[in-house]
This record gives sequence, structure tokens and C-alpha cells, in this order.
Amino acid sequence: MNTKEKNSLNIPLIISDGCCVHFGSSPALESVNFSINRGKKVAVVGPNGGGKSTLFNALAGLIPLTEGSLTIEGSTPEEAKGKVSYVPQKDLINWNFPLSVKQVVEMGITTKKLSSLRNRKQVNDKIKKALQDVGLEEKINNNIKSLSGGQLQRVLIARALAQDSEILLLDEAFSAVDIGAQEDIMQLINSINLDGKTILIATHDVNNLEEKFDEVLCLNTHCCAYGDPSEVLTPEVIKEMYGSHSELFNNKSHFKTEGNNSND
Amino acid sequence: MIELILDPLKYDFMIRSLVTAFASGAMLSILGPFAINRNMGFMADAIAHATLPIIAVGVFLGFSISELGVPAAILIAIFLGLIIKNTNIGEDTAIGIIFSSFFALGFVLISLLEVTINLEDLLFGQILAVSTSDVYIVISLLLIVLLVVIVYFKQLLFYSFDPIGAEVKGLNTTFLNYLFLILLSIAIVGSLQTVGVILVLSMLIIPAAAAKLVTDTFVTSIKVSIFFGVISSITGLYLSYFLNLPSGPSMSLVATGIFVLSFIFNKVSKKGSLATVTIS
Repeated sequence: MNTKEKNSLNIPLIISDGCCVHFGSSPALESVNFSINRGKKVAVVGPNGGGKSTLFNALAGLIPLTEGSLTIEGSTPEEAKGKVSYVPQKDLINWNFPLSVKQVVEMGITTKKLSSLRNRKQVNDKIKKALQDVGLEEKINNNIKSLSGGQLQRVLIARALAQDSEILLLDEAFSAVDIGAQEDIMQLINSINLDGKTILIATHDVNNLEEKFDEVLCLNTHCCAYGDPSEVLTPEVIKEMYGSHSELFNNKSHFKTEGNNSND
Repeated sequence: MIELILDPLKYDFMIRSLVTAFASGAMLSILGPFAINRNMGFMADAIAHATLPIIAVGVFLGFSISELGVPAAILIAIFLGLIIKNTNIGEDTAIGIIFSSFFALGFVLISLLEVTINLEDLLFGQILAVSTSDVYIVISLLLIVLLVVIVYFKQLLFYSFDPIGAEVKGLNTTFLNYLFLILLSIAIVGSLQTVGVILVLSMLIIPAAAAKLVTDTFVTSIKVSIFFGVISSITGLYLSYFLNLPSGPSMSLVATGIFVLSFIFNKVSKKGSLATVTIS
């Protein structure tokens, strides 16, 4: 039994009960209900403006709920801040800074306590371990400007690993990287997941979700469906998420149609 | 050569000016790399211009510009931070409104209160007029900026690079935002006598921009920025002494000269490295 199997004993880790987030009078999330067990690998899908990033921001304790509750091991996201690592969308990061890979990964260990960074050896060991896990240990002193899009994503994942938290949130992890790099990132996510981490990934790529993820959370402001991708991704759910554009997905035949789960 | 360097040192006012030039040059260029990488040039310019009403009232009440440094800096930083956070008209627009309206208010107050300030000195600096107490104040401000940046370096860097990641990690990003604004305001207000309201921006961003062109890492860019900033201010002051030029613009032009050289170096070294890659 690997760490994932040990952890995945149907213990709810994240519970959303009627979670609502409003920005002024416009709703970003409306009465969202789901319960994610420990050790799961969950795809969060939906259209632009469907609430994927809002949900991640709420889970990371960045924005307050308007109504309902969202708990991580029974604590509010604000109280559970150390338990969540967040890899934001790449365009939210200021890439102007000429930083080394090591400096970026070290941010995962930076805390508000100024004395926490005194043990240099311990810090360096954590950075090296995190970079080994993402396969970038030889790039430790490289400038981040010299890395490809896929490598940058792996550096940010290494930063999240250095934080050593239970839950990993990845917002648009596959955007602006080529297919090969997407495959590498997915393999990396699988190995992190096998170590027992619970992973939520917001993605626009709805191809073969059942092969890549344990569960899928379908959002279009409200929760359209949540569960095993091969069971919940029905044409009705796709239509609920993408409206008139759902035809595009149906044509790809990646989703379960009534009585048919083929990929042909 | 040594005689030329030592010649101005026979005057007390030149020694005071050189120390002040060193402190201002260093103080601004410590923060410059943070400011240029965060695209805060316009914000820094607004801070410099927003000081005018405070200077007008302060001088009317009998304080010097240096003595006003810390309280003015804190007031401006908090005010700017609050306005930007609580208006949804866009950061640039909010800064633009504060920039122009405070500058206008400053001139109106100078006229209304009949404050005896030489406007040219205020706009372009008059370092030769610094008093001994001004020198002590500017050195203290440099030490404050240096100490705070060293202590909070990793947190400020994290917040500047990825504010969302920093907040998720539990860093107090509101505190870090205001801390940097206050440091920037301290450095700007503390350097007003050296380079003036208009040219203070040049000493903040030009040494940092030049350093970015010739370095690869952020920490090295700060060290080189300090070196360029100090060289610019000291050389500018010497030029103003020997050629009878205004001191603030001389410093600014030396910094520009260093930037042009760095730009050429950057282009030449890139061509060189490209040639090496092609050959290999």
C-alpha cells in the first residue's frame, strides 16, 4: 500500500457546504457543495468566469465567503493556511525579477518569522530535495529567465513541495506549455499524488480526464457535477458548463454519452 | 589627479555635500532594483511630487526638508497606499491624480503662506546648502533603509515576485506593501535636497536600470546599482564643483552616462555570447 492508498481512506479533507462568493452584486460561486477525500487528484473544469480561480482563492484563504462554509480538516481556509500550497496562473507572477531557481524555491520556506531562515543547511537540503523531485536539481543556480514554460511550472511546483503542505492547488498548470511539457507536468503530479498529497488542478483541457484524474469538479458559478470523470461528464453536464459551445466537446467524443463510454 | 580629488575637501560645505551625496545615492539605488522590477517609476515620481505641500507647511513652521523626512514619508506612503487600494479607477490613474493635484497644492501653499523657498533648488536640488544636522539625518535615513531591506529582504522579494503566493504562505502582504512604500518615500524625501523633486526619480531608476543591464541576478543588481548610484552622485558633485554646474542635474547626467555605457556593454556582450554559441 503506497502513501496515497494509506491516506485515501475516504477521509474528507476539503468540504464545501453551500459555499458562495460574490464580488459586489455579481456571483462568482453560488451554493457549491462537494467533499474531497484525502489523497485525491481532482480536475476543476469549467468555462472562463466559471469560478475555478475563485474557488482556489477561497481555498487558499485569499478571499472571504459570502455564505456557506469551506473547511480544510475542519478548519477555515484562513486557519489552514500552512496546509495549502498554491501555484497561481503564471501571468500573475512578476517575471521581471532576475531570480535564480534556488531563490524561487526558497520562497516556499519563507515565513513571516524572520528567524525561520537561520538554519542554512536545513533550508538548502529542502530546496535540493524539492528540485530533485521535479527533476531540476541541475538548474538550481540558473536564472529563471533561461527556463522554458514547462520548466518554470516545475520550479513553481518545487516551491510548493518545499512548503511541505498537504494540499496542492495548481491554477492553469497546463496553459502556455507544449504537449510534451504538459505530459511531463502530469507525470510529476502523479508522482506527487502517490506520495499522498491531495491535488486540485484548474484546467481547460477536458481531454481524457478519466485517465488522468480520480475526480472532476465541474463549475459554472454553481457546481454542475462532482465525482468520477467517467460517470459525471455527461452531455448534460457539458452543456450546463459550456452552453452552446458544448457541441465542440461532444464532437470530440471524449465524454460519456448515455450507455456509451468510448473514446472513438 | 589626487589633488583634484582632494581640492574640494578643504571646504566644510563640500565635505557635507559629498557625504550627503553618498548617502542619497546609496539610499535610492538600494531600492531602485525593487522599484524598476515592480514598474513603480510613476509611483516614485508621484511620491516626490506629493511631498511639496508637506515641505511648504513644514518650512513655514520652521523645519528643514531633511527634518521632515520620516513623518512626511510615512504620511505620503499611507495616503498613496490607501487611495490606490480603495479606488477602482486603476492604479495609474489614481497615482496621476495624486501626483498633479498635490504638486499644484504645494505651489498654492508656498504662495499663500509666503514661504521663502527657492523653487529651482526645490525642483532640481541644492546639495551645497545642506547643514551638519541634515547630513546626520540623511545618514540615519540611509541606515534605516539599509537595515530594513536586509532584515526583510526575503519577504520583500517574495511579495514583489508573487504577491498571491506570499499571501497564501501567510506573509503579511499589507504590511510588506506599506513597508516598501514607506522605505521608498523615506529615500525620496531624504534625497530631495540632493537632487530635487524632479530629478530624484533619475537617481532611483537610472542606476538600477543600468545595473540590470550588466548583471544576471537580483542580489548582484542591487550591489551594482548602489555602486552606480554612489559613483553618479559623487562624480556629479565633483563636476558641479569644477565646472560650476548645477549639482542635481550633473548627478543625473552622470547616471545617464553610466546607463548608456551599460547599454552598449549589454549589446556588445550579447553579440559576443551569440558568436560564441554559433562557433561552439
